[in-house]
Amino acid sequence: MDTSPASLDHSRETWLRKVSRIRELTIVVVIVALCVILSFMSSSFLSVDNIVTTILSIVMTAIVSVGMTVALVSGGFDLSVGSVMSMAGVVTGALALDGMNVWIAALLGLLASLCSGLITGLFIGKVKINPFIMTLGMQGVVQGVAYVVTQGAPLSVTGVPKSFLYLGQGNLLGIPVLIWILAVVVIVSDLIMRRAVVARKVYYIGSNEAAAYLSGIRVSKVKVWIYIFTALLAGLAGILTLSRFSVAAPTAGQGMELQAIAACIIGGASLTGGEGTVLGALLGSVLVGIVNDALVLLNVSVYWQSLVTGFVLIAAVTLDVLTHRKKTT
Amino acid sequence: MAQVLLEARGIRKVFPGTVALDNVSFELRQGEIHALMGENGAGKSTFLKIVTGALHPDQGEIFLNGKPVRLQSPVDARRMGVAIVHQELSLFPDISVMENILVGQAPSKMGFMRTRKMQEISRAYLERFHVNFSPTEIVKNLSVSQQQIVEIVKALVTDADVYIFDEPTSALSVEDAARLFDVLKDLKAQGKGIIYVSHKFDEIFRLSDRITVLRDGSLIGTVEAAKTDADEVIRMMVGRSLERIYPEKGTPSRQTLLKVDNLNAGSKCRNVSFDLRRGEILGVFGLVGSGRTEIMRALSGVEPRTSGDIFLDGEKVRIQTVQDAMSHGLYYLTEDRKEQGLFLKMSIRDNVAVTHLDALSKRGFLLRNRARELASTVMRDLRVKAKDDDQLVGSLSGGNQQKVMIGKWISRNPRVLILDEPTRGIDVGAKAEIHQLLRKLANDGIGVIVISSELPEIVGLSDRVLVVHNGTVAGVLDGSQLNDETIMEYASGLHSKAVAG
Ligand SMILES: Nc1ncnc2c1ncn2[C@@H]1O[C@H](COP(=O)(O)OP(=O)(O)OP(=O)(O)O)[C@@H](O)[C@H]1O
Ligand SMILES: [Mg+2]
Repeated sequence: MDTSPASLDHSRETWLRKVSRIRELTIVVVIVALCVILSFMSSSFLSVDNIVTTILSIVMTAIVSVGMTVALVSGGFDLSVGSVMSMAGVVTGALALDGMNVWIAALLGLLASLCSGLITGLFIGKVKINPFIMTLGMQGVVQGVAYVVTQGAPLSVTGVPKSFLYLGQGNLLGIPVLIWILAVVVIVSDLIMRRAVVARKVYYIGSNEAAAYLSGIRVSKVKVWIYIFTALLAGLAGILTLSRFSVAAPTAGQGMELQAIAACIIGGASLTGGEGTVLGALLGSVLVGIVNDALVLLNVSVYWQSLVTGFVLIAAVTLDVLTHRKKTT
Repeated sequence: MAQVLLEARGIRKVFPGTVALDNVSFELRQGEIHALMGENGAGKSTFLKIVTGALHPDQGEIFLNGKPVRLQSPVDARRMGVAIVHQELSLFPDISVMENILVGQAPSKMGFMRTRKMQEISRAYLERFHVNFSPTEIVKNLSVSQQQIVEIVKALVTDADVYIFDEPTSALSVEDAARLFDVLKDLKAQGKGIIYVSHKFDEIFRLSDRITVLRDGSLIGTVEAAKTDADEVIRMMVGRSLERIYPEKGTPSRQTLLKVDNLNAGSKCRNVSFDLRRGEILGVFGLVGSGRTEIMRALSGVEPRTSGDIFLDGEKVRIQTVQDAMSHGLYYLTEDRKEQGLFLKMSIRDNVAVTHLDALSKRGFLLRNRARELASTVMRDLRVKAKDDDQLVGSLSGGNQQKVMIGKWISRNPRVLILDEPTRGIDVGAKAEIHQLLRKLANDGIGVIVISSELPEIVGLSDRVLVVHNGTVAGVLDGSQLNDETIMEYASGLHSKAVAG
């Protein structure tokens, strides 16, 4: 598979050279190594139960990370994904509790996410506000909406149709539906990011915004789409979380931005833009998920989780900076 | 014989897919200006990066003042008395001129910068170039040529034995270049050694004592400048002799292709009116800061304008954005290739494809093979020296980057092509080829506008010349008026009264 979209296929290079350059392969090696170590440290690590739980816990991070990758590739990023995720779940849950058909409620939840992304995108793209400031602000605003709707307490959503809960709890062909959904999201996004013209524009913008503009790309319009896409995926993750636990908590997405950014950077996205792949984001999420799982298995208190993720993020960014420095000299 | 300041022996450097340097030896003496010449991609910049510690050689030795040294980083080189002005600008855009100039050696007192002192030092050097900006100006507000001066001053403030200049004049006006030459002669008189890279033969023969020529990474030889001439150096560079004449002038039709009426956009573009005929090459000349770039940017929808009408083939067109201009077939090629022109982290193919996204896609998806074909055509037509179309543009030599940037527009079938300094940093052979290409485009009925700070290029290439002074049109010259003196008279505003009246 072609995994370095910033320069398309390398048919004239030898297969071996090609493989050794792929960032994704390095992560796979790290993941395998980590799994081997963990299976020695904890006998339950390789149990079917644990594997399924781990994968399920990765799904949400992975979906959000796919969106985050797009923002990172464009040279921006999005700190509001966690609150958008909470807000989408809470809006859906509250409307369903109010008696609305849960599917329509879910659509409205997605619509709310879309609006949040639209506002973010318009301010970043058209008004040209710095993405850090803008999404930090939106994080507060959207989280506020989630708190106001729930009055701060988690909503236990009862009486919703089985068909909705099936999304988060059911199996299809013996595999959890959530994993099928993730697979669809990843495959479609990967295809888009590698081949679609819109996505190519995102890479151009992230690589050199002024040059993209002078080459006739409508930079501000593309940016609006980027933040809509990121918010929609975050919203999807929120609704799936609701379906999985039957609970709409205003804190469901807390800390998600940190997890997602860590996953993307580990997966090879660059904070300076122009680089990053969907596959990388997926593998990054897997790595972050396994690290979290390891903490649980090794009986480390949950309070350590944020500390460890933060540490992993710093390590990944350091690696990113070091490899880039090597490339430029 | 004068003492040898810097010596390199048997330098070899390999990049994936390219042998950039192979067994290159070089020697710089005290009080000498030593020119380094070669085609685009010959390995000049790579060699200079190696002797200043920015790249490490795979083989070979470097001696400074007779002692072997291992340069680990540019800081090492500077400490040992080697200062360099790189080909690509490397300033920090968001901080002031003086902080850029004195980076790493700012005078300070108890950890605080002594700004007054910094201003004094910077100003002393900047004054030699008669600049009209202050040392406290933020770098990104400066034009490319002003930034180039800052870059040069940054090297001059270091007290070094060896000063290296990699194409310092490609972004300088004639006057600023002359001021730089004075500075170089002073340095030479003080017994410093200077390595000088340029594609401009008049400079080379005016300044240098010896000339070393590289071709495809190999050392061809070192000759005394006084005992050779341009033709011989060219033969050494390309391996054959080359015609260095401009293409024959065209026969533009009487038909007006583009008409600009009373264009206004800020203080650098006031009441500009002119027209461009079908099949014509219109040269645009003006001193630095005269507004030639601003006028063309306002015309092509890059910068907003306050008033003015644009007619194409007699029809009034609405050009407010770059996309508008593109949809009418009017393209603008920027002078700032690194900041605004290229996607350095992307491949040659992606850089060419960016202006063709619609044509290269089907139902929203990119057709990879077509993009590849297009890139190969551009690389062949413009003779881009690269491994293949996958090579990242950032790893091409400066001149080859320039060719890729021109290629993305030429391949799009322009109606009106506006090029801002199109041959900046391009070697003799390729330059002649680009001139031929522009003439061919014009003969095919396209209107070409070329901004250039090189008078010989303006005179040799253009059918008519639009001279800009102080944001306004000082005159449109043709026929016998197309000579250096007349153009300079108009450019310095000697005739502006007559025209305005
Ligand atoms: N980082 C890199 N990776 C791969 N190839 C490189 C890299 N840097 C330079 N090259 C290659 O090395 C060769 C020499 O490049 P160099 O920049 O030294 O040329 P140059 O003589 O300075 O040309 P110009 O006149 O265009 O500035 C070129 O073929 C270039 O593509
Ligand atoms: Mg060079």
